[in-house]
Amino acid sequence: MRQKNRNSASFISTARRAWPDGCALTACCLWSGVTEAQRSASQSALQPASTQAQGIELLWWIMLWSGVVIFLAVMALLIWALWSGRQRESPLSLTASKNLVLTAGVAIPALTLVILVGGSLFLGRSVASAPPPDAMQVRITGWMWWWEIEYLDSAGNITATTANEMHVPVGRPVAVELASGDVIHSFWVPQLQGKTDMVPGKVNSSWFVATEAGEYRGQCAEFCGLQHALMAFVVVARPEAEFDAWLAHQAEPAAAPVTAATQQGRDVFEQSCGHCHRVRGTDATGNIGPDLTHIASRRTLAAATLVNNRGHLAGWIGDPQRIKPGNAMPRSLLTPQELHNLLTYLETLE
Amino acid sequence: MKTQAIYDQNPEATDLLSRTWRSPPGFFGWFTHVNQSRIGYRFIVTSVIFFALAGVLALVMRLQLISPENTLLGADFYNQLFTMHGTTMMFFFAVPAMEGLGIYLVPLMIGTRDMSFPRLNAFGYYVYLIAGISLYVALFMGMAPAAGWFSYVPLANIAFSPGKGMDLWTTMITFIEISALAAAVELIVTILKQRAPGMTLNRMPLFVWSILVMSFMILFAMPTVMAGSVLLALDRAFDMQFFVAAGGGDALLWQHLFWFFGHPEVYIIMVPALGIVSTVITTFTQKPVFGYTALVLSLVATGFVSFGLWVHHMFTTGLPHLGLSFFTAASAMIAIPSGIQIFCWIASLWGARIRFATPMLFVLGFFAIFVIGGLTGVMVASIPFDSQVHDSYFVVAHFHYVLIGGAVFPFFAGLYYWYPKMTGRLMSERLGRWSFALIFAGTNLTFFPMHQLGLQGMPRRVYTYLSDMGWGELNFAITIAAFILAIGFLLTLINAVVSRTRGVAAGNNPWQAETLEWATTSPPQNYNFRHLPIVHSRTPLWDEPDSSHRQVVAGLRADRRELLITTLLEAKPQSVLIMPHPSVWPFLLALAVGFGFLGFMFQPLLFVAGFALSFFMIVGWLWPRKPWLDTGET
Repeated sequence: MRQKNRNSASFISTARRAWPDGCALTACCLWSGVTEAQRSASQSALQPASTQAQGIELLWWIMLWSGVVIFLAVMALLIWALWSGRQRESPLSLTASKNLVLTAGVAIPALTLVILVGGSLFLGRSVASAPPPDAMQVRITGWMWWWEIEYLDSAGNITATTANEMHVPVGRPVAVELASGDVIHSFWVPQLQGKTDMVPGKVNSSWFVATEAGEYRGQCAEFCGLQHALMAFVVVARPEAEFDAWLAHQAEPAAAPVTAATQQGRDVFEQSCGHCHRVRGTDATGNIGPDLTHIASRRTLAAATLVNNRGHLAGWIGDPQRIKPGNAMPRSLLTPQELHNLLTYLETLE
Repeated sequence: MKTQAIYDQNPEATDLLSRTWRSPPGFFGWFTHVNQSRIGYRFIVTSVIFFALAGVLALVMRLQLISPENTLLGADFYNQLFTMHGTTMMFFFAVPAMEGLGIYLVPLMIGTRDMSFPRLNAFGYYVYLIAGISLYVALFMGMAPAAGWFSYVPLANIAFSPGKGMDLWTTMITFIEISALAAAVELIVTILKQRAPGMTLNRMPLFVWSILVMSFMILFAMPTVMAGSVLLALDRAFDMQFFVAAGGGDALLWQHLFWFFGHPEVYIIMVPALGIVSTVITTFTQKPVFGYTALVLSLVATGFVSFGLWVHHMFTTGLPHLGLSFFTAASAMIAIPSGIQIFCWIASLWGARIRFATPMLFVLGFFAIFVIGGLTGVMVASIPFDSQVHDSYFVVAHFHYVLIGGAVFPFFAGLYYWYPKMTGRLMSERLGRWSFALIFAGTNLTFFPMHQLGLQGMPRRVYTYLSDMGWGELNFAITIAAFILAIGFLLTLINAVVSRTRGVAAGNNPWQAETLEWATTSPPQNYNFRHLPIVHSRTPLWDEPDSSHRQVVAGLRADRRELLITTLLEAKPQSVLIMPHPSVWPFLLALAVGFGFLGFMFQPLLFVAGFALSFFMIVGWLWPRKPWLDTGET
């Protein structure tokens, strides 16, 4: 039997939530309804967890049901027209035809569209407005194919740097500054906010207020080359106090190795990985790949492609080109002992 | 002005006319044809072949997406496939197919013998053919472009797409636009200056109106993408930095240039399709469609407004909200002309004794699918909603509904409708009905669930997705449905091939239609009409069902290619135009231009060589004729 967890809701079950009488859209919708999200980190715009995404979801349901009504009305008229010919009824008179076109083809659509455009612009103004001044500032840079995430203090200085996993406090506005290091990417966390592109030479912005604690998956939404499909990230929304502790920890340098194995692992890292990756507090200061200072605290690897555990980490370091062909990381030529020590060291980078 | 019967009794003159307008036979003769019916037919057949090829690419993509983390295709090949699918469907199927119908049918519908510039017509075809073949050769060599049919910079620039594939894309896009512009110019001149005497603008068939609007739209839309692709080629070849932010360029400039063409492009495809719908409804209800003027004005309004929508493809690029709002309003506004047309057609169908043959079935299918596509179109015009579904499968669903419903269904209706005119034989009704049923079911089963996938967060243009995402079942079902859709299309293709030899003989006017193309033989002779017709209303064939009593023009010579020029509004006879003969120069010029453009990819100097070669071909093309030798005996 399929486990149905808190976040797993499909098109149709959400429809049922919104419409308690449980009326189904169409046979197609019903048939589509078999799909259910299996993991907690969903990416569905129909399970909103922020004020912004909730507003958009409401707009969707309004538009969907008005669309259904309009579609059924047009089809009913069409079928009626066809039927009337079968019944040997006479064709519409010129006046009746004119009235039909002017009412159904001009007046009703014009009225509906004015309401829709008005409502959409009203909602759009609040969704696209400038973030409130007390919002937490985060700068996110898209790279082929991962996300660099930098937390800024009120003066605009970087306090902590991480990658592919963003933590935010529940109930506090988060303003994101969006930039790109290479091609166009698009920042999209459907449960929290619609997408905003990251365009080279331009800094875009967006903001949201997470209303519930949870994990939300985001994914690049602008085609950005070979591994566009595997450029995702996770947003973790948690209570403010927990978040503050997390941020303070992320701001610290890496813990110094204590055992011989981890010391050797750090040496391997500095020699083999440090040209591209940084672990603050060591000699590894590369800035080509993600900052790995607290990699062991992250939930995923390779831009939310793999669950973060020792096996996946070993597989990724051993042959990243097999998992994400074309990414910038070369396969390593470490001895088994070196790899073992390196993994042991990385596991200490909580 | 005489009635036709008197003149038909002169077989010698008919024979001479036939020799005068003859297309040379044989393999080498093939490259010299200039008659509009030959070129139009080639456009249609070639575009249908590209449609089939692009359809196969789509099926291969669906096989890759059938299950999560599938490894059937690599990322690079998948990216090439969707780039080629989009490029082919938009540039090599939809536009040439509609142009082909226009080139084939417009001279017949307005009662003339050829298009204004027959050699330019042939040149346009060869350019199109060379562009299409080059791209597919590249695909089979595994070096096709892979930056999407929209080729956004910087991804499409040399730093991120170093291969020859992108160079090929920029050159071939320029190429295909040359072909489209040539067709547009010709169609405009032909429609405005060669209508049969008496066919005033407000007696012109609605399909001809739609081709006229399409042609003007091509004229205004295509140059921007040509400019864009030339700038991109210069960026790539000479590091010009038009689109490179670090060099003072702007990546969004490309998007503006591309979508200023790209959005009208959708309507360039749809407007002629709407013309087909009006035509089919008129014929199969056997009465004039309601609201001729409203339908014409709706087409023109659609053409105008479609140039004010392009930024709705850029709602998420961070442009100011106030500026974007205008494009929301314009995008919603374009629903009104569509609404007017839909209800004019419903009013026409009301109480009519409808003949439910295959073309009519495709038109009814068009109603259901196009209305759904239109409704989701209004939804994505909303900026906040678009920010969720933009570049997701919701949009994939939306535009396939619009393009399949709004263009492919009417195109297939047109194919079944005009096939007897083009070949002299009817397509099988039985296969046609099966094909329609499968296409209708397949379209809905394939594309409807994509709305849901998009809302569940599945982005477009992904070669795979993780099994955790829960998108697997729907994708599996979609892949199965895509094959149902493909079988539906295949049935029509089989039908077209088989009916070519086995179909029931059609006669001149199998559907009892009212427009002039049905006044001549099926298929039409190279000269189209033995005598050019004269028109007194919008429904000339219904006014005088007996062909021997129709009024015709007398006095055109049979020993050289002559046709009648009439005035722009009233279509009063004005002068006689002498038309050029078959010629191989358009083909040679297309080869020379192709050599220059393709050579440019490898060595910029070859462009100069191609330019010089083209010069010689143009000299050959324009070499003065000896008019006193211009008789049918050449």
